[in-house]
Amino acid sequence: MKIVILVKTLLNSDKLNITLQRLAHQLVENHLSFKDTVLIGIQPRGILLSDRIFQLVQTITGNKKIGYGRLDITFYRDDVQSRDIQVPTDTDIPFSIEGKSVVLIDDVLHTGRTIRSAMDALIDYGRPKRVELLVLIDRRFSRELPVQPDYTGHSVDTILTQKVKVYWSEKDGKDEVVLIDKV
Amino acid sequence: MLSVKHLLGIKELTVKDIEQIFKTADNFKQVLQRPIKKVPTLRDTTVANIFFENSTRTRLSFELAEKRLGADVVNFSASGSSVSKGETLIDTVNNILAMKVDMVVMRHAASGAPWFLANHIDASIVNAGDGTNEHPTQALLDAYSMREKLGSLKGKRITIIGDIMHSRVALSNIFCLNKLGGEVTVAGPPTLIPKHIESLGVRVEYNVKKALEWCDVANVLRIQLERQHKPLFSTLREYSIYYGVNRDMIDSLKKDIIIMHPGPINRGVELNSDVADSRQSIILDQVENGVAIRMAVIYLLSGKREVE
Repeated sequence: MKIVILVKTLLNSDKLNITLQRLAHQLVENHLSFKDTVLIGIQPRGILLSDRIFQLVQTITGNKKIGYGRLDITFYRDDVQSRDIQVPTDTDIPFSIEGKSVVLIDDVLHTGRTIRSAMDALIDYGRPKRVELLVLIDRRFSRELPVQPDYTGHSVDTILTQKVKVYWSEKDGKDEVVLIDKV
Repeated sequence: MLSVKHLLGIKELTVKDIEQIFKTADNFKQVLQRPIKKVPTLRDTTVANIFFENSTRTRLSFELAEKRLGADVVNFSASGSSVSKGETLIDTVNNILAMKVDMVVMRHAASGAPWFLANHIDASIVNAGDGTNEHPTQALLDAYSMREKLGSLKGKRITIIGDIMHSRVALSNIFCLNKLGGEVTVAGPPTLIPKHIESLGVRVEYNVKKALEWCDVANVLRIQLERQHKPLFSTLREYSIYYGVNRDMIDSLKKDIIIMHPGPINRGVELNSDVADSRQSIILDQVENGVAIRMAVIYLLSGKREVE
């Protein structure tokens, strides 16, 4: 039987909060009033991050009309036949992304395959002017595809067996990011 | 993930399976409303549509569903094939599978043919109608369309009218609606209602008007003349008068009921045009939902499975 061990805590509640604030400010710095910029979170776990970022950006800019959507990428995965069938979650993009700047938001960037799928899925909804990527945790040096984030909360060097777990108070009862390993 | 490897009949499905198919179909319905109505999920899968019996809707619907999942599709119909030279079912299907086909969608005139095939081949099979037995995807899309209009089917009353005896749609619908908590009545002439059908947990009513008064949804079935090898009612005109659903009958009810028909409609026989084309009819919604339901079924059956 494999035992899960805690390697280290990457972000505690306070640090997570500061990181989220910084990411939101960086977004505002680049997109000012968010006139032609929309935020899209990747289902299922990226949503919890994008919900927070969306709220913070709204507060900072005072703009209550920022486009915010959720994208499910289940049907765009490249490993449908080789793993258990995933039950999809909802895609909810209640606006056109044609000509918009899109900020894709996910919690952990690892191999880059999720983001590849997300970009394919996104393009099927229209042709955005540009696409940026915001991630909370960047697992460096583990990429299988040429994908890099534009906004990074925290970078971490990991090995393959390790896993980054992001906990959110809304769902998991606590705000915390930890690195675990199975031995 | 479904509890079954094949979709042979509704009988084998659990309520959880059905709910999962509906949930997935919701997502595919969303995909079908986009400008780009296609996803690349099954681009590594080839599906063969093997039809030993005629079909317009079901076959087109399956083919569209497969193509919109990104799968490769081959079509086969018995007419003009080596079946007329005497090739057996297993040989035919195995030859198709030898060309690296991953999934088979089959319609066959013999009841039970897909079960027989499932025992002899490895690929996943989707039953697109077998004789007078089951037509699972039709029942799923019917229930899905009802659910769209009525919410949960728990305690809802559904009348199935017409040729119950020869209808695989009726049997699959009964299984499906029972599992989802609906109450079912079958109505039609006594010659077209099988004996002992009450044992499936349905009510029997020989008066169509009464059956309509009772229900929330009326699913009107086609008179299957091609399967009736002996006369079971005198003339189509007489059938239409006593068992056909028409405007006057619908207007005389105290409530608005939903009208469904699996198609093809014999207009003026089991269903009059002024009902089939009315705002109460969801016949075209059924067709639309059919593609999403079939996408969901094929998607959910396509994953990796443990080798038994």
